[in-house]
Amino acid sequence: MMDVFFVNVVGFVLIGWIVWYFWLSHSRGVAAATVDGGVQETYIVVKGGYSPDTIEVRAGRPVRLVFNRQEADPCSERVVFDAFGVAADLPTGEDVPVEFTPGAPGEYGFACQMGMLRGRLVVR
Amino acid sequence: MAFCSEGCRTAYLAEPERYPVPDDSGSTSAAPGHAIEPQARAGAAPTMTMAPETVHLAIDGMTCASCVASIERSLKSKAGIVDARVNLAAEEATVEFAPDLIEVHELLAAVEAAGYGAAVATDDVEEDAEDAARTRHYRRLLKKFWFAAVVSVPVMYFSYPELFPGIPEKGSTALNLIWGGMAIVTLAVLLWSGSQFFTGAWAALKHRSANMHTLIATGITAAWVYSTVALLFPGFFPEERLRDVFFDVTSVVTALVVLGMALEVRARARTSEALKKLIGLQAKTARVVRGDRELDVPISEVVVGDVVVVRPGEKVPVDGEVLSGASVVDESMVTGEPIPVEKTEGSFVVGATINKTGSFRFRATRVGADTMLAQIIRMVKEAQSSKAPIQRTVDLVAGYFVPAVMILAVLTFMTWYTLGPSPALLYAVITAVTVLVIACPCALGLATPTSLMVGVGKGAENGILIKSGDALETAHKITTVVLDKTGTVTKGEPSLTDVIPLGALSEDAVLRLAASAERGSEHPLGESIVAGALARRLVLSEPSGFEATPGQGIAATVDARRVVLGNLKYMADQGVAAGPAEEVLERFADGGKTPMVVGIDGELAGVVAVADTVKADSIAAVGQLHDLGLEVVMLTGDNHRTARAIAAEVGIDRVLAEVLPEDKAQQVTQLQAEGKVVAMVGDGINDAPALAQANVGLAMGTGTDIAMESGDITLVKGSLTGVVTAIELSKATLRNIRQNLVGAFGYNTLGIPIAAGVLYPFFGVLLSPLIAGAAMAFSSVTVVSNANRLRRWKPSLAREVG
Repeated sequence: MMDVFFVNVVGFVLIGWIVWYFWLSHSRGVAAATVDGGVQETYIVVKGGYSPDTIEVRAGRPVRLVFNRQEADPCSERVVFDAFGVAADLPTGEDVPVEFTPGAPGEYGFACQMGMLRGRLVVR
Repeated sequence: MAFCSEGCRTAYLAEPERYPVPDDSGSTSAAPGHAIEPQARAGAAPTMTMAPETVHLAIDGMTCASCVASIERSLKSKAGIVDARVNLAAEEATVEFAPDLIEVHELLAAVEAAGYGAAVATDDVEEDAEDAARTRHYRRLLKKFWFAAVVSVPVMYFSYPELFPGIPEKGSTALNLIWGGMAIVTLAVLLWSGSQFFTGAWAALKHRSANMHTLIATGITAAWVYSTVALLFPGFFPEERLRDVFFDVTSVVTALVVLGMALEVRARARTSEALKKLIGLQAKTARVVRGDRELDVPISEVVVGDVVVVRPGEKVPVDGEVLSGASVVDESMVTGEPIPVEKTEGSFVVGATINKTGSFRFRATRVGADTMLAQIIRMVKEAQSSKAPIQRTVDLVAGYFVPAVMILAVLTFMTWYTLGPSPALLYAVITAVTVLVIACPCALGLATPTSLMVGVGKGAENGILIKSGDALETAHKITTVVLDKTGTVTKGEPSLTDVIPLGALSEDAVLRLAASAERGSEHPLGESIVAGALARRLVLSEPSGFEATPGQGIAATVDARRVVLGNLKYMADQGVAAGPAEEVLERFADGGKTPMVVGIDGELAGVVAVADTVKADSIAAVGQLHDLGLEVVMLTGDNHRTARAIAAEVGIDRVLAEVLPEDKAQQVTQLQAEGKVVAMVGDGINDAPALAQANVGLAMGTGTDIAMESGDITLVKGSLTGVVTAIELSKATLRNIRQNLVGAFGYNTLGIPIAAGVLYPFFGVLLSPLIAGAAMAFSSVTVVSNANRLRRWKPSLAREVG
């Protein structure tokens, strides 16, 4: 009987961890660096996910996110910023800049075309 | 840093300084796919007599950063190498070398000496580099599949001693040894064939997300770990039945899912075929007149203003205006219009169209990224990566899907362990693994974008450029189509419709004199009379003493006869008694035409009438829109009389006439307030606000750029039949998306509970994890294949023709 009790306790702990890890917690964001001309720039590596996947920028200033896809998996071959109406093809191994200017503050998601890889843009 | 294997990691940790720090750009900034390009960098090495050259090599067999280092080291150790950079992700090496010191085949040998395959990268455009990467990915997946498949056969055989003959007894040392061997080979399958599951799962986990890889990796690992523990420590499992192994789950599921992924890569390449076709349309060279010579130059070197020569059978390289010559050009690839178009001096020609019969010269007006084709390609690309609203809902679900499946797997385990029959642990493990394996988030994720890709591409093939997934989705909900009259329903320019002789002269004679007099005029009405006369093959004379009274008429002397042309007031002023013409004038005006009285030598000679005529296919298109159950409304700034005449001709039921340009959008808003989903079709600058206001704005490709920018869909051909085709395409695409979503959701909502064993208490049925793996592998392939079915879609108008 002890083992049944033990398995169920571990099971619920595991469920709790899944809920917390995937839904409740967020990775800390990386603030975009401001380069010449006031453009906020961040370099993002695409490999199984976006690194970094949470980028903080200021509203009303141009943003340039440079993507470099380091895998051949077709899942990640396109990145889509639905909220800003921009998208880019990411040929393997090439730097691809994506530029836009976020208006209102808020959280905006970006993702691959299928929504498997996800990132967040936090506009302050 | 990521390592392909523990070996690589150890090698790196032992001597980190031997390996270059991989910079995040994938170690080279050079774009892949450019061939040998001589570089003027003399003096880079003093021993060189020739400038160094750069070559790109395709490298095969690299797995991690240490491979990069060893290839670079091997290359750099050779004399004559200026620089060598290896891009791991692109599987390419960029080598700068002195051609007089070392040859390309020696470079290949150097790479091969380091233990990797090498070939000179082909010099095709970047699109092909992506294709090549895709092909390599596909081949690698197939290799992984075959390894897993070959291993699976004996593993399956020996996993069921009760089922197959010739297997040592359970519990015997011989079988335990065989099973031990299976543990080792399936571990190899797990780590090599299944490596992408682990890298994918780990990468996702780091980003606090989970995906298909997470589920599969967990499932196949759990199966392997359980089996291995049962084999090594049978003491843990008091019941004999608990000591069963299922290494077959690990290898078979890996094989199936990897095969599914390979097939999916294949099928997905096809979804973007339409776009590739468009890109392939681009001409490679152009014959340009430079000085007094005709030179073949690469398309990228053509500049605006160049005079380009096109011979029969050749492709028109860029957009431009015909200077001389005449021909017939096949524009079907851009407009979807199958009938070739006549081109003469002054006609606009579009790059990538094919010249059929004659030769002509034209002046390039748009080149490079500005050509119509380049713009079409850009628009299609953007639309294909935009999201349809339906997908946003799916995305929301998809975000919760994988963790939810993980939770379900844990709950399944707990339930079977607590309530299940003996051996509870075995059932608990098998059902939990089956749940993990059967869930297919990919099918959900692929359902909408793949159909959208195909649908948008299909539109481009038929001359319908869809700007966004939004537009494609909304178009199927349209209830009311608002058509702008001028330039949309009608040609947008006046043409001669009637000549009525009212004096002694014949019809042709009246027209000949009137047209000759109008040759001096620059007014569009005058031009249309001249064009009408020329179309009837009349020979015109040169007018003299031309004078025009704006808004009233013109007068000129033709062949020594005094010709006057204008309205009744003008005739009175010129002393022509035009009383008998009044009834004819009234009739024409009622028919929406613009009549003009012709007087010759002071006598009434007749009436000519011009009108903006209806486009040839407008009537058929309006009929089809009605057949689709749509209300058709015509909007125009013209007077009621003209508007009604045109509406009656094409069969439009509702007319909004005398609408000021600034009120067009207001009219659309009003229709929307009536609860209608409105599509606005227009071509002019004044239509732009209405196009933007409408639920879907369709701009005529023959119209202004501003209209095209405001619209959501551009009809390249400038014909109303495009509206019908666009709506049909939207319906077909949405149907396809729905099928995919129903399939994907249905599969998961049925499959997961069955995998969890809900049928067991009632029927005693449990799903084998092997079948779950097969189902999962083929569910996403099915979704993509269903989307590819859309590629066979044809507009109904094309179907009627044949």
